[in-house]
Amino acid sequence: MKIKFKEVKEGRFNATSSRSTRFLGFCLALGIPTLILFAFVFSPKDDTMEDAVRLLYIHVPVAIFSYVAFGITAIGSICYLWKQSRWWDTTAHASAEIGVIFSALTLITGSIWGRPTWNTWWEWGDVRLVTTLVMFLMFVGYLALRQVPAQPQIRAKRAAIVGIIGTINIPIVNRSVEWWENSTLHQQSSLTDGNLEDLTLFTWFLGTLILGIAYLWLMIHRFRVGWLASEHEALGYGAAIEERQAEAGIQTAIASEYREEGEIE
Amino acid sequence: MSHLGYLIAGWAFGIGVPGIYAIFVLRRGRKLSAEVPVERQRWISSGEE
Repeated sequence: MKIKFKEVKEGRFNATSSRSTRFLGFCLALGIPTLILFAFVFSPKDDTMEDAVRLLYIHVPVAIFSYVAFGITAIGSICYLWKQSRWWDTTAHASAEIGVIFSALTLITGSIWGRPTWNTWWEWGDVRLVTTLVMFLMFVGYLALRQVPAQPQIRAKRAAIVGIIGTINIPIVNRSVEWWENSTLHQQSSLTDGNLEDLTLFTWFLGTLILGIAYLWLMIHRFRVGWLASEHEALGYGAAIEERQAEAGIQTAIASEYREEGEIE
Repeated sequence: MSHLGYLIAGWAFGIGVPGIYAIFVLRRGRKLSAEVPVERQRWISSGEE
């Protein structure tokens, strides 16, 4: 059974958009070119990294918001186990998907930055690279688990447990450069030591703000898609139950007919 | 500007990948909202506008 409601949506720009997402989208449309301008034109190059520092204005914010996204997944997972609410499960799922995208981008942009700076694309001995890869793979596993066919409640419960376990890795990734300082090429945080130039710091903050808006915009849309998907799935279940009941009704009718024929004979 | 190729590649991934993902999400939302009755579209504000 497939129900189409296209006529209801005719004339609309997009089904999951709203005034808030359009406002955030407008901020992004202004913010992204401004960030590019500051990253490539106004901010100075670094003494040691030279122009490769301009990659950090995107690499560091995506890394931060991958932590945020997985953190929201953990909160959503805990609240789901506590409240058994579909709202929290949908939130956790949406945030995990965005977190996987941001986490993949952290690895890709970091690798591109590492080549001119460290003269290598990847270093297996670097504890932060490896823990970030583990975090990425854990949440890929989380998304894969959600694709395993099961009752929605069972699937949500399994995913919530994995979501909580996966988040344990966040502080390990974040603190790894301090805990294992001899096993990493990464430097310790330089944002708060006061050695960065004003424009460098401003561009970094601007990048973090833009990525924050992008996360929020994606999150609202992805949550709404998740909600629609669960409603669509529920409609499918309802249709399947109706079909089964209809089949059962036919079978009961046939069986009673046979019984009646048997009695006559 | 030094390392220009790396800069372009890094920024292209940084903006392009979320952009492609956003298009995918919007298209999926449009497709699903056409198949779910409006009265079941709670939290989806476009149905109310």
